[in-house]
Amino acid sequence: MPAAPGSLSSEHGIGGRLASVLIGYGALALAACLLAPLAGSTHISLARAFDRSIPFPDNVDAQIFFVARMPRVLTGAIVGSTLAAAGVVMQALLGNPLATPFTLGVSTGAALGAVLAITFGSSVPVGALASVPLASLAGAVVASTIVYVLATRPGRPISTMVLLLAGVTLNAFFSALILFVQYAADFTQAYRTIRWLMGDLDVGSFAPIVASLPLVLVSLGIFAFLPRSLNLLSVGADSAATRGVDVGLTQRLAFFSASLATAAAVSLAGPIGFVGIVVPHLVRLMVGVDHRIVLPASALFGAAFLIGCDLIARSVLAPVEVPVGVVTAMLGGPFFLWLLVRRS
Amino acid sequence: MLRAESVSFGYDGGFTLSDASVAITAGSLTGLLGPNGCGKTTLLKLLSGVLRPRSGRVMLGDRVLSSMTRRELARHVASVPQETHPAFDYTVMEMVLMGRHPHLSAFQLEGPADFEIARQALDATGTRHLADRNYMTLSGGEKQRVVIASALAQSTEVLLLDEPTASLDLGYQLDVASLLSRLNHERNVTMVLATHDLNLVASLCQRLVVMRDGCILAAGPTADVLTGETVRQLYDVDADVQFHQRAGHLTVIPVRRMS
Repeated sequence: MPAAPGSLSSEHGIGGRLASVLIGYGALALAACLLAPLAGSTHISLARAFDRSIPFPDNVDAQIFFVARMPRVLTGAIVGSTLAAAGVVMQALLGNPLATPFTLGVSTGAALGAVLAITFGSSVPVGALASVPLASLAGAVVASTIVYVLATRPGRPISTMVLLLAGVTLNAFFSALILFVQYAADFTQAYRTIRWLMGDLDVGSFAPIVASLPLVLVSLGIFAFLPRSLNLLSVGADSAATRGVDVGLTQRLAFFSASLATAAAVSLAGPIGFVGIVVPHLVRLMVGVDHRIVLPASALFGAAFLIGCDLIARSVLAPVEVPVGVVTAMLGGPFFLWLLVRRS
Repeated sequence: MLRAESVSFGYDGGFTLSDASVAITAGSLTGLLGPNGCGKTTLLKLLSGVLRPRSGRVMLGDRVLSSMTRRELARHVASVPQETHPAFDYTVMEMVLMGRHPHLSAFQLEGPADFEIARQALDATGTRHLADRNYMTLSGGEKQRVVIASALAQSTEVLLLDEPTASLDLGYQLDVASLLSRLNHERNVTMVLATHDLNLVASLCQRLVVMRDGCILAAGPTADVLTGETVRQLYDVDADVQFHQRAGHLTVIPVRRMS
C-alpha cells in the first residue's frame, strides 16, 4: 500500500491529517446529501428548495426535495456510514482486512427475522414501527447473542478464531432456514423476501430513520472511543495487552457496537452488501491505516458512497429502478477482486 | 524489582507452570532458558500481567500486579513478542508511536514529546531511516528492531523479550544482542530474555533462570548455572561449555543427543 500522505515524522501529523480528513470527507458527504435529492424525474432547483420566502405548502421544489426525496438520501447516508464504520471495526476486531459487517451472522439473523415477518407475520405495524424492521432487529440480536456466547468465556479475551467460525457457520445455517421459509411461502411473499434481501433505501418517510437513530448514535458513540485501541488490537491481542489496552473490554465494545450498527442499518434498509468492505479499503488507499483517521473517514465516505450508488440505481435504467444492493455488488465485486490480485 | 512468588498457571485443567518463584533485580539482564513447552512464555506472560496466576502473585516493587490496571502496568513493563504480524500495513513510525498508548488519555493525540520519545527509540534501535516505511515491507531483522523500538517508546523500566532472535539470521542476531546490551547499559533497562540460544545468553546475561516441565530448575549467575550438566538436564544434549578467549564469554558447543 502507498504510504500515507504527509510524513508521519512531522510533529502535528495526526491532528492535522484528522482535521483535513474530517473537513474533506465531511464536505463530500454533505454535498452528496444536498445534490442527490436534485436528481429524479421532476427537475427541481436547490436554490428554490431552500428559498425561505416561499411558504412551504406552496414550494413544490422544497416539498419534492425534503419530503419525497430526502428520506431516501438520508437513509443512504445513515446506512452507508454505519455499514462502512462497522466494517472498519469488524476488520480490526477480527484482525482480518477481508471481514465485513456481515461476517459474524448479524445480517443473516436480521434477514431470517425479516423473512419470517414477511411470510408469517401480520402486516399490522407494532406501534409506529413496521413489523419487518422490528423482526429483523430481533433476528440480528439473536444471531449476535449466539455468536457472542459461543466465542466468549468469562475473564478471557474473545477468541477471534471461534468468533469467525461461529459467524460463518451461523450465516450458513440461517441462510438454509431462509431458503426453507421461502420454500414454504407463496409467490408474493417470496418476491417481497427477495426484494428485501437486495436492500432498499426507499423507506418512504422520516419515521423509520428516526426510529433507527438511537441505535446508530449509541454505536457511533462507542466507535469514538475505540480507534487507538483498535490500532493496537490489530497488531496482536497479547501485544496490545502489554501496551496497556484492556483487550477483553475493547473486543466486547467493538463486537457490541459493530453488531448494533449493522443491525440498525440492516433493519432499516436490508442487507446491502460490499459497502462495509469496499469503503474501508478505498479509504485506506487514500489516508493510510491508522484507525483514528480510517474510522471517521469511512463513516463519512460511506455516506457519500451509498448515496452515489443509489443515484446510479435509480437513474441508470430510469424509469425502472435497479436494487441498490445490486449496484453496490456490481461495483464492489470487481473492486474486491482487483484488491486481491493487487495484493498478491 | 519484579518478583514472581510461587506462581502457578494452567490453561485448561493441567499446569503449565507450578510454584515458580523468580526475582528480577533492577538493572539486570536475565536469561530464561528451557526446552520447548517448559513454560518460558507462560512465565513471561505472568510477569507482564497478560496472564493472571492461578495461585501465587507477581510483585512489581511493592505492588501486586493484579491490583494494577493494564494501562498503569504498561507504563512500567513492556514486552517484545516472538513475532509481530499486524493485520494492517502500519508505517514504522505508527508502530513505534503505539508504544505511547499507556501514556495518552482516551482522546489525546501524540504530541511533540511523544514524537521525540519515538524518534529516540528509533535512533536507539538504528531504525530512524525506516520511519516512513511500511512495516510489512521490512526484513525480519528490521521488523524485530522496530518492535523493540515500539516497546522502548513505552518508556518502561522493565522489558520482557520472548525469543527476540528466533527468526533472525546470524548477523541480525548479533545486531539485536548488541542492541539489548547497549539498552541495558545505557538506559539501565531491566530485561528478561527467553531464548533457546545458549550462546546469546552466555554473551548477554548476568543471570540465568532455567526451567523444565513448568518448574524452575535453577537460578543464579550465568557462570554458575550455564554448565554442561545444565545443558544435559534441559535438552538431553551432551555439550562442551568453555570460556572462549576471543568472544570473551562462555560458549556452548553441542556434541551429541544423549537419548
